[in-house]
Amino acid sequence: MSEQPMVRFVNVSKRYGPLTVLDGLDLDIARGEKVSIIGPSGSGKTTVLRMLMTLETINDGVIYVEDQPLTHVEKNGKLMPAGLDHIRKIRAKIGMVFQSFNLFPHMTAMANCIEAPMTVLGMKRAEAEARAADLLDMVGLAAKKDHYPSQLSGGQQQRVAIARACAMRPKIMLFDEVTSALDPELVGEVLEVIRKLGREHDLTMLMVTHQMGFAKEFSDRVCFFDKGKICEQGPPKELFGAPKNERTRQFLHAVLEAG
Amino acid sequence: MIWDWAFTFEILPVLARAAIVSIEATLLGFAIAASLGLVLAVVRIAVPWTGWTISVLVELIRSTPLLIQIFFLYFVFPKFGVVLDAFTAGVLAIGIHYAAYCSEVYRAGFDNIHRGQWEASIALNLSSWTTFRDVIIPQAIPPIVPALGNYLVALFKETPLLSAIAVLELMQTAKIIGSETFRYTEPITLVGLFFLAMSLVSAALIRSLEGALNRRTVR
Repeated sequence: MSEQPMVRFVNVSKRYGPLTVLDGLDLDIARGEKVSIIGPSGSGKTTVLRMLMTLETINDGVIYVEDQPLTHVEKNGKLMPAGLDHIRKIRAKIGMVFQSFNLFPHMTAMANCIEAPMTVLGMKRAEAEARAADLLDMVGLAAKKDHYPSQLSGGQQQRVAIARACAMRPKIMLFDEVTSALDPELVGEVLEVIRKLGREHDLTMLMVTHQMGFAKEFSDRVCFFDKGKICEQGPPKELFGAPKNERTRQFLHAVLEAG
Repeated sequence: MIWDWAFTFEILPVLARAAIVSIEATLLGFAIAASLGLVLAVVRIAVPWTGWTISVLVELIRSTPLLIQIFFLYFVFPKFGVVLDAFTAGVLAIGIHYAAYCSEVYRAGFDNIHRGQWEASIALNLSSWTTFRDVIIPQAIPPIVPALGNYLVALFKETPLLSAIAVLELMQTAKIIGSETFRYTEPITLVGLFFLAMSLVSAALIRSLEGALNRRTVR
């Protein structure tokens, strides 16, 4: 691992009332590392991504992005995280792709991809469109740039969502079960785009996935989450080939049986 | 004969001028209601600590009669040095009163936006201003056009309340004609017919606007 982790979770906890979703998580992710998070539902794996994207506040601990803290622990009892300017500065390094795509339905594929570059980065329309055109081409949808999300298949919508996130040039990309809402025959095209992204760009990637085959082939490291903790982690060959933990074995057995 | 056609045609021009005042009051009042209502709804979400204050304000306005609010602006505000002419006071009161109702309509519209739209906006690092302007409001408005339209018609039908502070709108003009000529049948009937016609026309306009918005958004 390189000297400075890209992302560092230090003793991070998340609770909803009496329910502890994440319990003192420590996790370092190196620059350019591809990490897959697997585990049963309710194990807190999606929460890890959502906290890093600042969609969830954290109750304890600190998250560092390139050694800068992302949020502070709130002292004044309010739900809004403190220092929005600071958070937005750090957040600019992170992009996210969602299970349900979350494209803006009233905008074309192109408009979805230029919205943030123009309003947040202050790019000129022509410049933003050129960048978006390249990205839509990368995800194989150059011909669909003037289509609205409702005119696209699920796989195509998700590819636009990936292009939209990339348009902000993040250093870290989060993928939250990005193929779970797709018909089986559309999963491949989305995974292919993620593979390409991993090959061609120097991105740190963190993904929650149920695609064990993809996690095994694509990631540098796999973390198995259970009951709000990392139960076991390691290179995919080790974790899938010779899991040490009993819970990991049970989970993998159940998943591979089903899949 | 109860109905006098000659008298009807005699008073028509006077009532027509008054009708313009009623329509002006409606349009100005609704412009205030629609924009102030939107501001209230947006601020309530964008600046969470204002939530309680705005709720109380909205509840206060909705729970007191419009007539009292009109009187308050016209007769009480001058005691605090704010002197408004009758038309301004009336339009302001109507606008603020309906802003309270409109803000609830906008709020319902915002509540109907899928959570994922807000989350995608955060993930793209959009400011909350941009999120409202480009993502939330364009999606929230089309479905609430019918509800806003209902309030436009309701507001229009409340403009006769302005006669209470002697704004020369339709109702006040009809009352003056009645007290001068001792004939109330024609002026009051004409006023009623005018409101009926305008309400039907506005309802039709709102329906066509609704249709146009649906065609634009549903693809």
